[in-house]
Amino acid sequence: MSRTHITCTVNGDPVDFLASDGTSLLDALRDELGLTGAKEGCGTGDCGACSVLIDGRLNCSCLVFAPEAEGTEIVTVEGIADDDRLHPLQQTFLEGAALQCGICTPGVLIAAKALLDANPDPTETEIRYALAGNLCRCTGYDKIVRSVQEAAVQLKGAAR
Amino acid sequence: MTVTDDRPTYKWVGTRPIRHDGYEKVTGKARFAADLDLPGQLHAAYLRSPHGHARILSIDTAAAAGMPGVKAVVTGADFPDLDPTDPNFDVSVNVMARGTVLYNGHALAAVAASTRAEAAAAVAAIQVEYELLPVILTLEESMADGAPLVNEHNITKFVESDGPSNLATSNVVERGDVEAAFAAADLVVEREFDTAYVHQGYIEPHACVVDVGPNGKADIWASSQGHFMVRALTASVLGWETSRIKVTPAEIGGGFGGKTTIYLEPVAARLSEKSGRPVKLVLTREEVLRATGPAPASKSRIKIAASNDGELTAIDCWFGYVVGCTNDFAGLVGAMSVASYKFPNLKLEAIGALTNTPKSAAYRAPSAPQAAFAIESVIDEIAQTLDMDPIDIRLRNAVVEGDPTAMGMPHPRIGFVECLEALRDSDHYRSPVPDGAARGIGAGFWFNIGEQSSATVNLNEDGTATVITGSPDIGGSRASMALMAAEELGIDVYSITPVVADTESVGFTDVTEGSRATFSTGMAVVNACRDLIEELRARAATILGVDLDAVTWVDGTAVTDGKDPLPLSAITAKAKSTGGPLTVTASLNAGGAGPSFAVHCCDLTVDEETGQVTILRYTAVQDAGTAIHPSYVEGQLQGGTVQGIGWALNEEYIFDDAGSMENASFLDYRIPVASDLPMIDTIVVEVPNPAHPYGVRGVGETGIVPPMATVANAITRATSIRMTSLPMSPPKILAALDTD
Repeated sequence: MSRTHITCTVNGDPVDFLASDGTSLLDALRDELGLTGAKEGCGTGDCGACSVLIDGRLNCSCLVFAPEAEGTEIVTVEGIADDDRLHPLQQTFLEGAALQCGICTPGVLIAAKALLDANPDPTETEIRYALAGNLCRCTGYDKIVRSVQEAAVQLKGAAR
Repeated sequence: MTVTDDRPTYKWVGTRPIRHDGYEKVTGKARFAADLDLPGQLHAAYLRSPHGHARILSIDTAAAAGMPGVKAVVTGADFPDLDPTDPNFDVSVNVMARGTVLYNGHALAAVAASTRAEAAAAVAAIQVEYELLPVILTLEESMADGAPLVNEHNITKFVESDGPSNLATSNVVERGDVEAAFAAADLVVEREFDTAYVHQGYIEPHACVVDVGPNGKADIWASSQGHFMVRALTASVLGWETSRIKVTPAEIGGGFGGKTTIYLEPVAARLSEKSGRPVKLVLTREEVLRATGPAPASKSRIKIAASNDGELTAIDCWFGYVVGCTNDFAGLVGAMSVASYKFPNLKLEAIGALTNTPKSAAYRAPSAPQAAFAIESVIDEIAQTLDMDPIDIRLRNAVVEGDPTAMGMPHPRIGFVECLEALRDSDHYRSPVPDGAARGIGAGFWFNIGEQSSATVNLNEDGTATVITGSPDIGGSRASMALMAAEELGIDVYSITPVVADTESVGFTDVTEGSRATFSTGMAVVNACRDLIEELRARAATILGVDLDAVTWVDGTAVTDGKDPLPLSAITAKAKSTGGPLTVTASLNAGGAGPSFAVHCCDLTVDEETGQVTILRYTAVQDAGTAIHPSYVEGQLQGGTVQGIGWALNEEYIFDDAGSMENASFLDYRIPVASDLPMIDTIVVEVPNPAHPYGVRGVGETGIVPPMATVANAITRATSIRMTSLPMSPPKILAALDTD
């Protein structure tokens, strides 16, 4: 089977890998690049556990063909901390107990980052709609929403 | 918010440290089973039955075995046939069909190949000849006179049986004089209810990697609620000795009861044994829905007698649980849910019925939600009829310590009244119902269980500690273990590393189920710490040159008159010269699990144009005994509540006439999303369980019991129509409004 050579940027690092036409970006990230932070919960774009940013836009990486990543900049959960300093969302999720089993957490963090990058001062309703594509079965979303609210406050404070 | 009865205050217990496994989980480093790859690993895929019930006349795997990349193929012929009386017989035939497929989705062959695509292509090349058999999908079909057998090996439990039948279990419990009580009652309300199959809906599909070495020993990495259970069941299905198998617990991406059994591991093990290569087996979401999990569907008939002043004088009820293709105890357990109220006269009948649908599995307080939905709905109707406050009628009849459970044993100290009072006094309940909305109340409980646990506590040279248990952490239990150990040893909670160890590195531990990990495994940790403290006192006596009796242990230090206190780290530093490493293992079969009661309240609106229900406000009150880590206790209440809201409003299995699930995806099997919900307020009541050193009851399961009735009761008050069928999805609401 022929495979395509793909070059892109993942979490700031230039990378290249080979992928078949039918390979999803999720499989490429996990199997070719060893980035297992993004999870497969459904493979059909319904659960959001595989969420990544592609050129700043939120995507289910299970619905993106790997060759579509050519030339793009991709951010996964492994890339949102600033070296050893956690992203404020990661910190508020820890302090706010916004995760239980943790399988959805990488995707939720990416979706929340996409929201706060675009809208630094979201309402509770805006947060809930921004995260509506990310299924969490453990938390009932309460502590997730509160932790996103707290991260927004911290990010605004830091920006001042 | 926490309402505390009279528990002691602690230094660590009841605080909210960042969980020890948190950093890995927010950075993508946590290793779930599907994240592991081994050198030379193969990928496996299943062939599953496209028929709801059929005899397998032949399976031809020759073409598949010759396809590119294929290294091994297995069918039922590769597994020993257990005797039908073997307790693991049903698990064995569910792992891989023998002779007959019992439901659409039943596995009957599997292939291991170099890539997933090659394995899937080979699966498609397996030729199977079937003889179709009658498909039984409903309780009525299953119980009809002369109904065809769902499963020719099923023998009814708890009653005399003269051969195979579709009846799984049958139980009757009676006390008092039910007939006389109904005859004398001021008010009798009788209703019938039904609920649909629902799935636990964990976001992580089942996954494992298995490597059977040349010595015949299997290394298994798996996501489960109990790796000792994985070891035992895998050994049984393969006909192996337990000692041939080592299971390492991966992080588990949700279980809720659905990962208290196995599906994959013996299949991956046999494929690995045949190919000589490690084999990775990961289910798709469609497979998870079609072939694992669901909680039983149910029907019930509830009749309750009351006096005009709100005393519930008698209950007569019948529960029918639809348990899927193999036997299950759902019927036995579910009927116990009536034990929230005193009911001097009581008659309970419960059955389980087999159908050609997936084998059902435990789901958070298994069987109680279906029963509580029905009973709490009828009690609400009685309160409405008598114009009583729904909390007052429950307070009037609530069980307290010493009152009998459904089975007759007295309740231990419980906190149901305290939960009702906490809700009655809450800001939510005291606030007016918003315009256009309605308010519902519901209650429920779960017994919780103890079972077997082991723990090893190692004190390190520098005075830090490692706490090793065998309980997979499905909701923050590592943090609970560390908090209890910190409290006992008197050291910082972050000086403790809690570890969930493999089956060869810690003593036997039962499954994380029955809300038991913090209760039972926590007790093993506490016992180990207390033994360690005795040893620390002895070492301190040696170091200080005093009698053991002169040394007391106070807040992490050995104290003796006339000398400087000796901190734990000073003792561990001298371990070598005072007798060697400081390590203790404790194990127990815990008794005294404390029932946990809950009361829920919700405000909602019903859109009479669309049938859409919108929940505006929700409060969950629950007795935790003692909340070791309050954030994760609240999280259990919130998570259970929202699963219950999904059960109430959206979730259901939809089968076609041949037993094929028509909504086997997260798009069509719709679990609640963030935008469906408000915040879930919690009130954690603490009525300590006297049987646990810190008063723990276990909190994981009860939260899913009250929501269905809570939501239904609110919808009924909004629409004046008693809702008796779950889910209360928009089409059902519209139909009810239309027929009214």
